[in-house]
Amino acid sequence: MSAATIYVPGDSGALSMGAEAVAAAIAREARRRGLDLRIVRNGSRGLYWLEPLVEVATARGRVAYGPVAAADVPSLFAAEFLTGGDHPLALGPTEEIDYLKRQQRLTFARVGIVDPRSLDDYLAHGGYRGLGRAIELGGGQIVEAITASNLRGRGGAAFPAGIKWKTTLDQPATPKYVVCNADEGDSGTFSDRMIMEGDPFVLIEGMTIAALAVGAASGYIYLRSEYPDALGALNHAIGAARARRYLGASVCGSGRPFDITVRVGAGAYICGEETAMLESLEGRRGMIRFKPPLPAIAGLFGHPTVVNNVITLASVPVILDRGAKFYNEYGLGRSRGTLPLQLAGNVKRPGLVEIAFGLTLRELIEDYGGGTASGRPLRAVQVGGPLGAYFPGAMLDLAIDYEALAGAGGLLGHGGVVVFDDTVDLARMARYAMEFCALESCGKCTPCRIGSTRGVEVIDRIIAGRDRGANAALLRDLCDTMAAGSLCALGGLTPLPVLSALKHFPRDFGLESEPADAAARS
Amino acid sequence: MAIDQTWDERAVRAIVDGLKDEPGALMPILRRIQDDLGWVPPASVALIAKALNLSRAEVHGVVSFYHDFRHAPPGRNVVRVCRAESCQALGANALVDHISRHLRVELGATSADGAVTLEAVYCLGNCARSPAVVINGRIIGCVTPARFDEAVTEGWVDR
Repeated sequence: MSAATIYVPGDSGALSMGAEAVAAAIAREARRRGLDLRIVRNGSRGLYWLEPLVEVATARGRVAYGPVAAADVPSLFAAEFLTGGDHPLALGPTEEIDYLKRQQRLTFARVGIVDPRSLDDYLAHGGYRGLGRAIELGGGQIVEAITASNLRGRGGAAFPAGIKWKTTLDQPATPKYVVCNADEGDSGTFSDRMIMEGDPFVLIEGMTIAALAVGAASGYIYLRSEYPDALGALNHAIGAARARRYLGASVCGSGRPFDITVRVGAGAYICGEETAMLESLEGRRGMIRFKPPLPAIAGLFGHPTVVNNVITLASVPVILDRGAKFYNEYGLGRSRGTLPLQLAGNVKRPGLVEIAFGLTLRELIEDYGGGTASGRPLRAVQVGGPLGAYFPGAMLDLAIDYEALAGAGGLLGHGGVVVFDDTVDLARMARYAMEFCALESCGKCTPCRIGSTRGVEVIDRIIAGRDRGANAALLRDLCDTMAAGSLCALGGLTPLPVLSALKHFPRDFGLESEPADAAARS
Repeated sequence: MAIDQTWDERAVRAIVDGLKDEPGALMPILRRIQDDLGWVPPASVALIAKALNLSRAEVHGVVSFYHDFRHAPPGRNVVRVCRAESCQALGANALVDHISRHLRVELGATSADGAVTLEAVYCLGNCARSPAVVINGRIIGCVTPARFDEAVTEGWVDR
């Protein structure tokens, strides 16, 4: 009999729940029983409340057990889990788990399934088919396919990727660069991390296709320092891709050179803003740049540069492989394709939900998430990271797409959804939003640099009950100034969480109702 | 106790020599110094500036901009607690207070005996298993005060 295959995630979220000890316990118990086992350290399926989620390859497909603790391992062997035996932790066939079964995984098609360290496994699961197609098509036609797919930047700004690529393609200047923004700093988001840890080759393939499209020979991944496991996975995958000529002097014998360098950031949220990131890559403070010129025209080292988020680039291979039309058929309105949503905070079943645009917040939080983890009533939801709005429970029927959320005074951002129960104090959260802005402001724009500190002070006065009405009006004035007078999204959007908290939760600020706005006051 | 500010000049010089020809070399150099030494000695700024043909002010400006670059050596243990929204939704603020009391160290400081440095971090990407803490490079999720104390007892923090 050949060795049984067991999957124990090496994803850092699974590691945070003891996956390393579980893998060690399984290896130890197998040795004790004289069994020959192959343990694969896969990515996470994204069902985080079940991590560590151990899977066994059986005749009827992969079956899951979770959450497994090291102490459960002897009883799993006793229950013959290697052949899918029953056990209190048994979850049945992995693909049949409702949370996973109802998703539409395109970008995350391989995450949790393949061995992220194996290029052969990547190839066996459809990897590098998109690149093969891209080499046949050539620059202009690749850009046309991306444009026709209606893929928009998944980092938060939702700018059409095809237009960005076309701009860089049309520049005569050389060299050109492809830069991947992997500075995933928004609280409540972890999809970039999951891709890089669980399927790093898909990002490398996406960047390679982008390079062929615009005529770039070198690429950088700007990775945040908080993701050490992603760094290891990326560097290993880049090495493997080089060894097999998927990167290097002639990508797949096409005669076109492309290679990738990973650069690690140093704990600055602002470096997720594309121009600050370019400054950092050039060895400077992460101060944002004026636009124009756009990075697509004059970006890294002053040269034409495509800057895209991890998920945007990781969605490119499937578009080239299956066609623009296939991808564009998912979604609704101007939000096409799928979006990997990240459900976090006080929720029973947090995790990754990749699905076509158009799901409502209620469906995500109740059907997938199962309500709050604490069992207390849900009070607020923050959508889109620290610069996203707080919505009350009454607004959960909002559809998750770029336009619907913008219409409701919020934003979708990078797709993070953080749930709070009724113990949350929204005045405190508004204060935190200002505090975070003060901590992370690059200092270029006065409204952001100074306004955020003044914002903390004004909210402190409101919380302390000093002249609440007037201070609330002042806070709104200040937010107007920050929104209108800041160059980038940090100063420009910090007012969103602050004003949405004030609007939807005035009682937390000691106010009976929404304060009159500045215009009505004067 | 005064913090020992001695630093390994040879190690820094080797890092600078090895990386100074990279495009945008300053960040990789500072990153490597921080990773290898645990801090970026202020006295190393002149050496770096000279090698890269930058002013000391430019190098100092970059060092002081990024939160990761420490200006003094850390304690023997480094505990980093996430303070971002998802972790706050599950009690991160109370957890910070607990850890600070338990390890007798203020947030953002090193304990007087040099045993522990406690730092805030803004998102570890472990939001689906909040609250998250990193102890000496190892991440733990779903951290309650009791779970933290257990990790300390288990020897995650070497007193």
